[in-house]
Amino acid sequence: MNISKGKKKNKEKLYSLLILLPSILLVGIFVYGFVGNTIWTSLTDWGEGAGLALNPIKNFVGLKNYKTLFFSFTQSGFRQDLVNTIFYTLLLLFGTLFLGLFLAIMLDRKVKKEGIYRTIFLYPMALSFIVSGTIWRWLLAPSGGVNQIPTWFGGKQNQFLWISSQKQILQFNWQNIWQVLGVIGLIFCVIVLLINIKREDKRKIIIWSCVSGIFALFAFVICPLIPPVLKSEEKHGLNLAIIGIIIAGVWQYSGYAMALYLAGLRGLSGSIKESAKLDGANEAVYYFKIAIPNLKPITLSAVVIMAHISLKMFDLIYAMAGADNGFTGHPSVRMYLTTFRANKFALGAAMAVILFFLAACFIIPYMVNSHRSRRPMR
Amino acid sequence: MNKVKVKKSFYYFWMIVLCIMFLTPVYMAIITSLKDPAEINLTTSWKWPTILNFNSYSKAFKLLKPNFINSVILAVSGTVISSFVGAINGYIFSKNKFKGSELIFTLLLFGMFIPYQIILIPLFQVLKTFGLYGSLTGLIFAHVVYGIPIVTMLFRNFYDQIPDSILESGRIDGAGYFSIFTRLMLPLSIPSFVVVGIWQFTQIWNEFLWGICLTKQSSNPITVGLSQLAGGQAVSWNIPMAGAILSALPVLAIYIFLGKYFIQGLLSGSVKE
Repeated sequence: MNISKGKKKNKEKLYSLLILLPSILLVGIFVYGFVGNTIWTSLTDWGEGAGLALNPIKNFVGLKNYKTLFFSFTQSGFRQDLVNTIFYTLLLLFGTLFLGLFLAIMLDRKVKKEGIYRTIFLYPMALSFIVSGTIWRWLLAPSGGVNQIPTWFGGKQNQFLWISSQKQILQFNWQNIWQVLGVIGLIFCVIVLLINIKREDKRKIIIWSCVSGIFALFAFVICPLIPPVLKSEEKHGLNLAIIGIIIAGVWQYSGYAMALYLAGLRGLSGSIKESAKLDGANEAVYYFKIAIPNLKPITLSAVVIMAHISLKMFDLIYAMAGADNGFTGHPSVRMYLTTFRANKFALGAAMAVILFFLAACFIIPYMVNSHRSRRPMR
Repeated sequence: MNKVKVKKSFYYFWMIVLCIMFLTPVYMAIITSLKDPAEINLTTSWKWPTILNFNSYSKAFKLLKPNFINSVILAVSGTVISSFVGAINGYIFSKNKFKGSELIFTLLLFGMFIPYQIILIPLFQVLKTFGLYGSLTGLIFAHVVYGIPIVTMLFRNFYDQIPDSILESGRIDGAGYFSIFTRLMLPLSIPSFVVVGIWQFTQIWNEFLWGICLTKQSSNPITVGLSQLAGGQAVSWNIPMAGAILSALPVLAIYIFLGKYFIQGLLSGSVKE
């Protein structure tokens, strides 16, 4: 009896493996294999002189494509795209999370007809970026749409060019990129340090002051000694033209953040709210001191999801500004142009790899975390 | 008492302002699509049309019809195939765990998060090599393959909620590995088929990157068609707006009538119970 049961178990395991096999193979090849293939392509020249061939004999050239992207005169546009990516991600994150949290708190307070409001805040999610991009392009047209609103109140027509502005703020020189990165790191460390000083966590204070010291040393002592990475000065910064695209993105995705937060707020047990009320906490205190700190895991998933969406801004940028607009550029758009219009496959692959590693910064910690949280459940 | 009332009306005032802000783009799209091309003017862009002109819809539909048909074929077949793949995979990952299955599951999920640019070049090459480039079959295949992670996860999460005791009683009644799946699990998973179906349908319907990189004129999906309609600089805006509304209609209808399931799909995987 026992033996036959064991046999049955083995047989069932075999079935399971056989059924999973196609999925494992397909994902293995089309995800892992292809990622590896693109990384390899980015280290080659895609067959010198055979630029248009489909399966050329590729020659290994090391990091040449990456050097071109980061340091060559011809690719300054790509470097601006990278700077844009950072601002796209940060602004979209802050915009959607704040608006989403605000909407969730508004809806959490037992509104009448809550379903209607929720539907209205969430419907943009169902649309494609192409649809919303087409509509927002019209709304943000230079002398129409949103720019007309001040005239209703007797004001002058707004002149801001939402998608085509050529202004740039927060400029820095790419020659000093290491120093800029060092200063950003230093600012981040000092903020963490200040938080820990407030919490009076002695061990962490020591660690973070050391890290801050290293960053300060790097930025102000070592960096001035390294020769500039470019031969000539090259300014990059926050292009104001991306603001129009951010507005459309926030409009489309804050409903998502709202849905996540609302589920979280509803998940907090009623007793927490009750006991907070008994302790004399008013609504503001309840939300800021109790609810929001409890929503940390949701904020974490929302950050990952939104960062991920912002790296996929290709569609929205394409629909609103067109692929060739230099001011709203994004590595995903440039990758498309470089690969499929200019047929420079190896360089396009290098751009894709950079985009992939940017995404990996968010994905891998998130996946490790969720894998760990799944395991003890068994 | 009065103070509460003031507070409440203040609150509803803000809710209505927010709703108006969220609905503005739709208002704009509708009025622009109903205007006569001669009436479309940047300075009067907010005004309701003087004469309703439904011509733009028939014109836009005529232009987008082939793309619309392509997208229907793509989305329906992609959705049906991936739903079944997801159901059987989810059954194994939830109810037939074996050593290492948890790790395989996590490794599968990775495919959900990658930016698709990283696989675009080899995918393009492979589809070309097999003669599938520019065909709907190739695109359906891509959607099914890269849909495996998410559909597997959605079904697994759903099956995790079905108690093992139901399976046990099925086994006592003599049901085997496969009949448990077909007779017990499948009938129970209709709601999750709805969730997964809606999710995949919306994703495939709204997809653009592959549409533009991997198709030819004859197999362009609706998103590519719309972007071409709206792409020119000197367009009269009534037709792109009508096109945008037409191409949003199927997913919008799903969202309005089956919103509950849509939200469920959105939330599952990102919020843990």
